[in-house]
Amino acid sequence: MATASAAVRRDWLVGYTMVAPVVLGSLAFVVLPLGMVVWYSLHEWNVLANTFTFVGAENYQRMASDPGLADALAATVWFSIGLVVVNIALALLLAVLLNQKLPGTTTFRTFFFSPVVVSLVAWTIVWSFLLQADGGINGFLEQAGVQGPNWLRHPTTAMIAVIIVQVFKNVGLNMILFLAALQGVPEELQEAARLDGAGAWRRFRSITLPLISPTILLVSIITIVGSLEVFAQIDVLTGGGPGNSTTVLVYYLYQQAFRFNEFGYASALAVLLFVIVLVLTLLQWQSRKRWVFHEV
Amino acid sequence: MKSDVKADTTSDVLSVAGRGAPAEPPGAPGDGVTRDGETGGAAPRRRGLGARARGRLTRWLLVLVLAVLSVPFVFPTWWMATSSLKPMSEILRRVPTIWPQDPSLEAYGRVFTLQPFAQQYWNSLYIAVLVTIGTMLVAAMAGYAFARIRFPGANALFVLVLVGLLVPSEVTIVPLFRIVNSLGLINTHWPLIVIPVLGAPAVLAVFIMRQFFLGLPTELEEAGRIDGLGRWGVFWRIAVPLSRSALGAVAIFTFLKSWNLYLEPVVYLSSKENFTLPQALTQYVDAYGGPMWNVQLAATTLTVLPVLAVFLVAQKQFVQGLAHSGLKG
Repeated sequence: MATASAAVRRDWLVGYTMVAPVVLGSLAFVVLPLGMVVWYSLHEWNVLANTFTFVGAENYQRMASDPGLADALAATVWFSIGLVVVNIALALLLAVLLNQKLPGTTTFRTFFFSPVVVSLVAWTIVWSFLLQADGGINGFLEQAGVQGPNWLRHPTTAMIAVIIVQVFKNVGLNMILFLAALQGVPEELQEAARLDGAGAWRRFRSITLPLISPTILLVSIITIVGSLEVFAQIDVLTGGGPGNSTTVLVYYLYQQAFRFNEFGYASALAVLLFVIVLVLTLLQWQSRKRWVFHEV
Repeated sequence: MKSDVKADTTSDVLSVAGRGAPAEPPGAPGDGVTRDGETGGAAPRRRGLGARARGRLTRWLLVLVLAVLSVPFVFPTWWMATSSLKPMSEILRRVPTIWPQDPSLEAYGRVFTLQPFAQQYWNSLYIAVLVTIGTMLVAAMAGYAFARIRFPGANALFVLVLVGLLVPSEVTIVPLFRIVNSLGLINTHWPLIVIPVLGAPAVLAVFIMRQFFLGLPTELEEAGRIDGLGRWGVFWRIAVPLSRSALGAVAIFTFLKSWNLYLEPVVYLSSKENFTLPQALTQYVDAYGGPMWNVQLAATTLTVLPVLAVFLVAQKQFVQGLAHSGLKG
């Protein structure tokens, strides 16, 4: 008995040793910082003035009456909705087209996926040149007889530009996920519907779409969560402007912390961001369960 | 439970996505008929020749649609690479030229004289390599232990680690900055190497490795134990070699994530010789603060093309590896 127990204990020790790096790392770089950010959020902290005073919920009260934050949340909602709608629609269209066994499908798939591996900052820099008032996009539009706007200098078009650049960068990933879902739709169903005289659009709407809808929901939530973490694109393309029209929540947080040195208030904003991501992620796990249920 | 559900769907999607071009197994009943029937390519016999010709036309129209849709995905990269060879006057022409009229490598020379670009390139490369190797090691060990070894508290520790999946890097950037600062490691590469390997970014890799080992049959490992291998021996000699595909996926998305990291270098680094590539790319401005397009495009080309070339060679692995990370978001 004693030797067996010693062997088991040795096995435990191996287990603890193997998980030690990531467990200790999580404590030091995830759990501790999360606790610190909550603690900071209860303080008025100006790095330059070197003041750190406990103020209770004052930072959270300030959030409620901060017009800058209201604008940032509005920008975040617009950006996320725009991104999800355009991204999902385009990803679905590309996946359906690639699923038709047309000539050149493999090449097109490579084309659509390639921006995913291009450095985000590089991709954004190239688009920022193309989107200048006298840049390539407007050059093309002029050829077609359209006078293009100064994309990055008007609030509405700047937001559109940020969304479009982000969509083309990452839509290839969602396209692959949809393609996988489409290939899981049983052929027999399609065939039966076709024999019943259903046209292509009718079959897509009544068979394909319901069967892949759990995937659509899942991918949508993943895309929304991802959209909340958009930083480099905004920083390179618009710097949050013009005005504050593209200052989304994470960019506002960054500005408060590292431009205005308002670490306390920035921490309260970080807590808000964390709560939003937490809720969305729990929704995602919920939808994952339903997705699996559907497949069974 | 949640996590198991998650993993099953992950591998499901990937096994299908990984099949490459949507080529169905040849024996799939009714397959060609239905799919092609939709666009008419192999229309059933009872339809007339007219219908068949119309189907053919539809197919080629769809190919045309795909070609047009490809433009915004391919053109920026093409324009970047070709414009880096153009003089400023040609870049600024209203309608972009597809091919440089008078190609010159002048901009590439200036990339290296305006900034310590070779040093910055090396910084990005060695940081990404260290982070990738470190993450593979940490994730393989933790994933294996969480999947195979029953030790007290394993579940609680796993849940603790999973918290990292819920925390965007922006949430913890302020306290991490304070921690790094109090350790005197601001403007060094330490935070860009240690935090990704041990902190939140490694959690997804741990998760993927655990799911992989859970799905791996135990027979080989048991045989190894009978042959006298201990836990570590089984891990190194049997489990790790068997997990090459999962480790490959981890390596690809970890490398790309580190190579593209932007927020953290901007926050932690302050001097140009310490910069990494994404940060350095934004720094090419002339004396008046205006961007120097051709120089900047030459630098971005040097950043992008090697990765793109590797992607073209190992496309299948890239798509699988990134779809793994994409599922998490």
